This record gives sequence, C-alpha cells and structure tokens, in this order.
Amino acid sequence: MLDIKKIREDFPILSREVNGKPLVYFDNAATSQTPKQVIDAIVDYYENYNANIHRGVHALSQEATDKYEIARQKIQKHFNAKNSYEIIFTSGTTHGINLVASGFTSLLEKGDEIIVSAMEHHSNIVPWQMLCERTGAVLKVIPMNQQGELIMEKFSEILSPKTKLVFCNHVSNALGTINPIEKIIDMAHGVGAAVLIDGAQAAPHIKADVQALDVDFYVVSAHKMCGPTGVGMLYGKEEWLNKLPPYQGGGEMIAEVTFEKTTYAELPHKFEAGTPNICGGIAFGAALDYMNSIGFANIAEYEHELLEYATQELLKIDGLKIYGNAEHKTAVISFNIEGVHPYDIGTILDKLGIAVRTGHHCTQPIMDFYGIPGTVRASFSFYNTKEEIDVLVAGVERAKNMLV
Amino acid sequence: MKIKEIQEEIVDEFSMFDDWMQRYEYMIELGKSLPMIDEEYKTDDNIIKGCQSKVWVHAELDGDKLVFTADSDAIITKGIIAILIRAFSNQKPQDIIDADTDFIDEIGLKEHLSPTRANGLVSMIKQLKLYAIAYQTQLN
Repeated sequence: MLDIKKIREDFPILSREVNGKPLVYFDNAATSQTPKQVIDAIVDYYENYNANIHRGVHALSQEATDKYEIARQKIQKHFNAKNSYEIIFTSGTTHGINLVASGFTSLLEKGDEIIVSAMEHHSNIVPWQMLCERTGAVLKVIPMNQQGELIMEKFSEILSPKTKLVFCNHVSNALGTINPIEKIIDMAHGVGAAVLIDGAQAAPHIKADVQALDVDFYVVSAHKMCGPTGVGMLYGKEEWLNKLPPYQGGGEMIAEVTFEKTTYAELPHKFEAGTPNICGGIAFGAALDYMNSIGFANIAEYEHELLEYATQELLKIDGLKIYGNAEHKTAVISFNIEGVHPYDIGTILDKLGIAVRTGHHCTQPIMDFYGIPGTVRASFSFYNTKEEIDVLVAGVERAKNMLV
Repeated sequence: MKIKEIQEEIVDEFSMFDDWMQRYEYMIELGKSLPMIDEEYKTDDNIIKGCQSKVWVHAELDGDKLVFTADSDAIITKGIIAILIRAFSNQKPQDIIDADTDFIDEIGLKEHLSPTRANGLVSMIKQLKLYAIAYQTQLN
C-alpha cells in the first residue's frame, strides 16, 4: 500500500492554490509534477558542479561527466538495454522520433511501406509523412474500433514484405489504450520490418523491458515521468543505431575533423551533437530513482484503482460519454458531456482549481474517427487521490448545470 | 454611442456581479441567447483558427459603419464574442482601429485575452481590426 499523503509531501506544487481553490492536478498525461528529490538534483547541479562535459580536464567537468554518464546507466538499467551506448539522450520523444525518421531517409526506397497506428500523436505521424515525401515510401494505417483498440486483423492484412517500418505508441495519449506492442513487434519482425515504439505515455506507468520486447527503437520524455522538460531518451538496438547516419552535425559527435573529411564518433556520441541538457539528463536519472523507489507495480495498482473509481463516478453524470474503453488502459479518461463543447467545461473546471486538458490532444485523426471536436481529458498519477476525483466529479456536475 | 461609452456601460453591468460564477453565468446566457451570424457566413474562409474552439467572423459595410457578425462552437467563447461585437460593431472603421480592449480586463475576463489562451479571441480582435483597416482604405 502506498502512503499517498507522504508521497504528496514530496511534490511542493501540490499544496498550492489556483483561483483560490486547492489545486487538483489531472493533466499528468501532458506533464507530470516534479518531486523535491528531482528539484534537489537540479539545484545541486547548478550549485555544485555546473560544467561542460566530456572535454574538460578540470574537476567540475569530470564530476559533471560522471554524473551524466551515471544517469545514462540508470536509464539503461531501467529500460533493460543491453548497452549504455544504446541510450541516446534527446530533447524528448519528438526529437527521438525525428532522429530515427531522418536516419531512415537513406534506407528507404520508392514503394517501400511504413505503417502507423490510427491513434498516434501528431508527433508520431508528421515525421513519417515527411519521410514518405522525401523517399516516395507509402504510409499505411492500422485502424481502430469504437472501444479505442487497434484492429489487429487489419494489421496483418496491410503488413507485407514491402513494410520496412512500423510505428505505434505503447499507450495512447488521448484514450489511454495500452496497445499490444509485443504482438506488433513480433508480427513486424516476421516480415523484416523495424519497429519504433513511442513510450511517452507508457513510461510513467509501465516499466518497459526493451530486450524482452525485442523492440528496435523506444522513445520517451523525462517530463512525463517526474523529470524535467527538454530531455528524453531514444533507445535503439546497436545494429540499427550503427546503420543510421548522424542526425545533426556539431561538436561532441565527431572523431576527427578536417576540411576534406570528418569521421564520426562512436555511439552514443554520434547522435549527441553539441552541449546536451546536462542538468536535465542528471535530473532524469533522479526521476527514475524516485519512481523506482515507489515501485512501478505499486504505481500501476494504485492508478488502476483511481481509474476504476473515476470511471464509475463520472459515468453517474447524465449525458457524460467516455471515449476509449479499451480492456487494457492506463489512468486516462477522455470524456464529453452531450451538447457541450469541451473547451467550456475545461474553462469552468479551471475556475474551480481543477487542471484538465481539453481539445484534440494532438490526435486529430482520433477525434475525426469519433466525429467530435475534442474531449476533456483527466489523467491521473500516483500522487492523486479519490478525494480529488470527487472534486472533479462535482466540478463537472457544476459545469454541466451552468452550460446545458 | 461611441465605442468607449459602450465599453463603460459593459464595465458598469459587470460591476454588479460579485464573483466569477455570476460573470460566467451572464456570459453563458449571452452566448446562448444571441443569434450572431447567418449560417451562410459560417464558412471555412471565415473561421479564425484558435486551437480549440472555432470562431467565425463576417464583416460588411452599412453606410460608413462596419457591422460584424460572429459565432463560436464554444458557449463561453460565444459570450465573450457577444460582448466584443456589442462594443465594436456598427462603428466607423477608424474608431475600431483606434479602440483599445482594456475593458475586457476591467470586467474580469483578462485570462481569455491572453495570447496563450487557445480560444481564438486574440486572433478575433486582430481580425476585427484588420477588417476595419481594409474597409477604411476602401472608404478613403
């Protein structure tokens, strides 16, 4: 059993007020809050060993380099990568996806096929469309059903030897659906296609084992899992990372430079041009320590309890419809009230100190599928409580009474 | 009535409300009750894309005055549009160009006019002014 009261004390922001009301933070799928253990790591870096890494001979630079590389090892261990150099620090999930998409430009030919799922975030659609424009490859889509689950039979139908790449999120940001990525990876490998899994929404709830999954690329953002913004990681299998050309040129990523020819550094530095977000990387490591100290099994169990309670209580409201009722989902509830624009509900909830996300959640294809302009999305984290859910339900009732 | 006078009148009305609830209830009422634009003008060309709620604006000249009609698919946004239209419609283009929007702040709705707010209202005011500039040029 988690001691939620004690956990909440780790998050200074949770005790603030918004519009004169205690903050109820249910926008965790957009960004999670930061515990003081992570804030302390950030302060410690700037107060005690701020320096550029990998090149200085002085003590501060050595110390910063050590801490940064230890953070890389923590990430490696957390995701169970075989080698620490298979972990590339990025600015976040979007950066990781673009790095891979850019790298595949030289590996694809006209007529090759790329498959994405119907419930991707725009950041996992647009880079592939751009890749298709560059290479003449064709984009195909795994459709979804009304429950918000991928139709796997359709996936086998569009999968063929022409398929070179398959992209899917582990968990849908708009619906919370946990996708059957084991099966997707297995089937894609059956035709020799590489697979990239967008783990941004899964990482705060599910500990992914990249070796057990046998996934080729896995990307996450630190800020969704108690870390700071502007940092994330790309895991790539060594053989794939060696095949991909560098993404950006600059310092740090070279072995030797003359005006005639430059040779590139070894992994992971080949993909880490320029001075990275050093403090962010170290704080990412601290965030993983923090979440692991609570335990992912505990987190999953407690969040599931919150999901069930919130689903049951929200459905008591007349005219409320939940989008995304997959059998396996994380603690995300996307909903609308009949006849009411989600933006209006979000505005009233904000006045009551309740933070939710409204809109299309960067997943316009999902909204088009349901024929709606957007939804109100409440996403829960392990530091939320049932009492806060009661506040949300009362707030939605109040908004409904004002708006309908 | 001049734009400034109408704005003062609106500020007066809103000063009667004690809290945000009453202000929002009033705006929602405004949003619900006013037919604000002919369906034929609710075209994609007339949409001002905010991130979340759609806002349509149509402008036409009536003598030397510019008349605006507008609508939104979100009711609170529509309420604020009703207030903006009341202040800016049926005015001379030059007066619209010169007018400020501080009164929105004074009636406690400042947050809706923040450029980061994804409701399209900032773009809408910009569009009203652009129409005014265009028609002013035409009148000249």
